[in-house]
Amino acid sequence: MDTLVSKYANSSSAASFDNEEHIGDSLTGWDAANQFAIPAFDIPMVGNPVDFLRAHTDASAENRIRIQHGTTTLAFKFQGGIVVAVDSRASGGSYIASQTVKKVIEINPYLLGTMAGGAADCQYWERELGRRCRLYELRNKERISVAAASKILSNMVYDYKGMGLSMGTMITGWDKTGPQLFYVDSDGTRMRGERFSVGSGSTFAYGVLDSGYDYNLSIPDALELGRRAIYHATHRDAYSGGSVNVFHVKQTGWEFKGNFDVGELHWEYQAQPKGPIV
Amino acid sequence: MFSTYPGQVVVDHPVSVPIEHRFDPYVDNGGTLLSIAGDTFCVVAADTRQSEGYSINSRYVPKSVKLSDKTVISMGGCYADCLTLTKKIQQSMEWYHHAHGKTMSTAAVAQMLSIMLYQKRFFPFYSWCILGGLDEEGKGAVYTYDPVGSYERESCRCAGSASSLIQPFLDNQINFKNQETQKKNLTLEQVVRITKDSFTSATERDIYTGDYLEIFVITSKGVDVQRMDLKKD
Repeated sequence: MDTLVSKYANSSSAASFDNEEHIGDSLTGWDAANQFAIPAFDIPMVGNPVDFLRAHTDASAENRIRIQHGTTTLAFKFQGGIVVAVDSRASGGSYIASQTVKKVIEINPYLLGTMAGGAADCQYWERELGRRCRLYELRNKERISVAAASKILSNMVYDYKGMGLSMGTMITGWDKTGPQLFYVDSDGTRMRGERFSVGSGSTFAYGVLDSGYDYNLSIPDALELGRRAIYHATHRDAYSGGSVNVFHVKQTGWEFKGNFDVGELHWEYQAQPKGPIV
Repeated sequence: MFSTYPGQVVVDHPVSVPIEHRFDPYVDNGGTLLSIAGDTFCVVAADTRQSEGYSINSRYVPKSVKLSDKTVISMGGCYADCLTLTKKIQQSMEWYHHAHGKTMSTAAVAQMLSIMLYQKRFFPFYSWCILGGLDEEGKGAVYTYDPVGSYERESCRCAGSASSLIQPFLDNQINFKNQETQKKNLTLEQVVRITKDSFTSATERDIYTGDYLEIFVITSKGVDVQRMDLKKD
């Protein structure tokens, strides 16, 4: 670990990737791990950079920078592994920026991350996590545990706490201790759990998820529960919609289980007979 | 109070003009851009009007730049930021060419642009980017970005001041959304016609869109540029 720390603490690594000094590095043995170890960010030269960013991303700003926001995501453990289901809408203010967002981020064949909050924050940091997990594999000759991976992510974003990052994610995967599920957010929270839902539609998803959940659910039933929970969230939450993406995490890695347009799901569920209320 | 030199007249009254203490480096220069991916081609189009508030700075300032024989970038938002970002991309592509002896692929430029935008996460580029081109298989590819670098590959996208006017039209005509018709691949001629109709219509209703339309058509033969008049009022 100390060697890792000293490697990451190397001052030359803080230089941005397009820095001229690195052109000749191939002669002395260029190390991607070293050069990209610490991402460097531009900061505006003002007294309070955090206020600057807030002023320009605020709804009242004259030229507002609309950062895309993602919305309903869920994941739960059950006897057959983990089900991950998400919607696909991104909104910038009240405008629907996209109905086809990939909110499940494939970190590597064994790790999945979900996207809620700032789309760019989730995409960037989970990609960075993927890179670090790959380095871990190369250095240690074994796959990283989900606990360690999620902790890398939470530590990375914790360094920027209070600077305006917005990320609510679930990191799932199957390691040598079995299926694992963690919730990580940009405030620095990291918790292990059985069942999580994140985003503005999470309350609706929890309602369906909690009432239909059973650890002994069969695989098709568990996938259906995830899909149904996201569908109901898209129905009641204006910031969620588009389509439902479902993934299944198994011992052999994750598997994509399909994309379902919410418009068609609505009529499918409408046609089904309703169960008893109590 | 403050020092004076002999003979200086000190006017001792408060300044009546309000002084803004905020750092406000952004301005929206308007304009609309769009890109549509086809089976073996990609169309990138943008109007050429540049405005600031109610005044028009110029009738011909191109928003799209050819990056390689397979890639074209189009940007809208704050023109100063767009210029800087375009220059950064071109420089990095040149360095990549020297280092690896080959031109950057569209997918590689797309990932690089995402990182460049995110490096300015705390001081964002005020820009909407659309990257159009051909992928490694020769298929049309459109990559779209938000100002801080979240990106996605799509089949078509419109951004900029008339995006909310044109995007629903594209959803209907390109992706056949809410239509009973079977989805089908459009020909280059059909896509160019839809592009021209989008812009002539947007010019009618958006004050920041107009003057000229510049269309980049990317095929395996290279990049072809067409120009068309739009209304200049």
